[in-house]
Amino acid sequence: MIRTIKTEEVTKNIREMCIEANHYLSRDMDNALKKAADSEQAPLGKKILCQLQENLIIAGEDMIPICQDTGMAVIFAEIGQEVHFDGMLLEEALNEGVRQGYREGFLRKSVVKDPILRENTKDNTPAVIHYSMVEGDKVKLTLAPKGFGSENMSRIFMLKPADGIEGVKQAILTTVEDAGPNACPPMVVGVGIGGTFEKCALLAKQALTRSVEEHSQIPYVKDLEEEMLRKINCLGIGPGGLGGTTTALAVNINTYPTHIAGLPVAVNICCHVNRHVVRVI
Amino acid sequence: MDKHIATPITAEVTKELHAGDYVYISGTIYVARDAAHKRFMEVLDKAEEQFVPEQQNEAGRNKLADVLPFPLENAAVYYMGPSPAREGRPIGSAGPTTASRMDKYAPRLLDLGQKAMIGKGKRTQAVIDAIVRNQAVYFAAVGGAGALLSKCIKKSDLVCYGDLGAEAVLKLEVEDFPVVVVIDCEGNNLYETAVKKYAQET
Repeated sequence: MIRTIKTEEVTKNIREMCIEANHYLSRDMDNALKKAADSEQAPLGKKILCQLQENLIIAGEDMIPICQDTGMAVIFAEIGQEVHFDGMLLEEALNEGVRQGYREGFLRKSVVKDPILRENTKDNTPAVIHYSMVEGDKVKLTLAPKGFGSENMSRIFMLKPADGIEGVKQAILTTVEDAGPNACPPMVVGVGIGGTFEKCALLAKQALTRSVEEHSQIPYVKDLEEEMLRKINCLGIGPGGLGGTTTALAVNINTYPTHIAGLPVAVNICCHVNRHVVRVI
Repeated sequence: MDKHIATPITAEVTKELHAGDYVYISGTIYVARDAAHKRFMEVLDKAEEQFVPEQQNEAGRNKLADVLPFPLENAAVYYMGPSPAREGRPIGSAGPTTASRMDKYAPRLLDLGQKAMIGKGKRTQAVIDAIVRNQAVYFAAVGGAGALLSKCIKKSDLVCYGDLGAEAVLKLEVEDFPVVVVIDCEGNNLYETAVKKYAQET
């Protein structure tokens, strides 16, 4: 049965999600930050983690964005095959939601119209939108505003199959080490392995929207996530990059089939303000 | 060590600051980031064509510094672009941005009298050399703590370049604004020393 969804419903939800994501972290991120504040060994690192707790409380109570970089809006729209949209073009409806959310939520407009000419669009549009078709008659929207302090420190590596899992580990560690204090640690590290050049980058971005409390279902990937988190936290970078034992809160890895000749790896770094809100319409 | 300092930040102040010190700043600081710095350079380039280079201003600096939109001598510049203020508040979320994007511009401004930079993240050797040469200081504020930091900002006024939106130049009055000394006037770099201290073999 075809189900009709009014696109104004999509706009309304995206508007609310923009405001929610920039003022409240998801429960898993909140828990991870609390745990980190307890376990951090460096006194200065601990102090910074406590300030991040305080920052979250102020953000929620006084409605001040958690971070002034309220990001470029990344939207994953998983559309059920039985859905029919009524109203404006879906892409316009999503962007209108971003426009309204960033205006009404007093969020920073950080998008420029052209990467070279650099004129601000003044409404934080367009969003970066990834569509996929899925089973069913619902639409699942994931909104992940992405700040660029950490986005700038992300990397893609086109490894050779012979580089194997050791090559992947090295790629992750190198990226985190180079990012250091610039990416506002403690970070969340999203990794994509496999696919093509662009697919592995998308996998890495999707990995960042996964809960930081859950591991991959694939046994060797779960082991890799745990091992990399341990190794990253031995780098010494610490909260704010000022030294300590909490450099990352989680390493989330997504994989996909790839070509016989390749081993693409993307490492998408996110700061401790790893924002994502999910709604199903 | 915790220290309280007031602006302007003179060489007498910076020589007492050491990498790793936790510092609370009170007084006036100026906000400028990428696009504003680019304009500062254009203003300076233009002025350089008109002035005799050795002309000095009242502070004994190269007169060029006077063409900038705020008094640069002993100034602290905060690399930041706030979110819009809600009604009745001086500013929105107001945490630091990545300082390395200003590395290209910082040495020239330090040589013209700027004394302190507030941001986050690594700096180039050229900036570190300029810090030492000018007895300046680089502070880091906690990245991603924009709501907390906004509470320390009591007043915000537009200085210029309002057309740049979030990248405009602002004059802030701050009270006990918390920062950490990352690079001190002797060139000690906390990012390097602290990371080594907590790095472990795996």
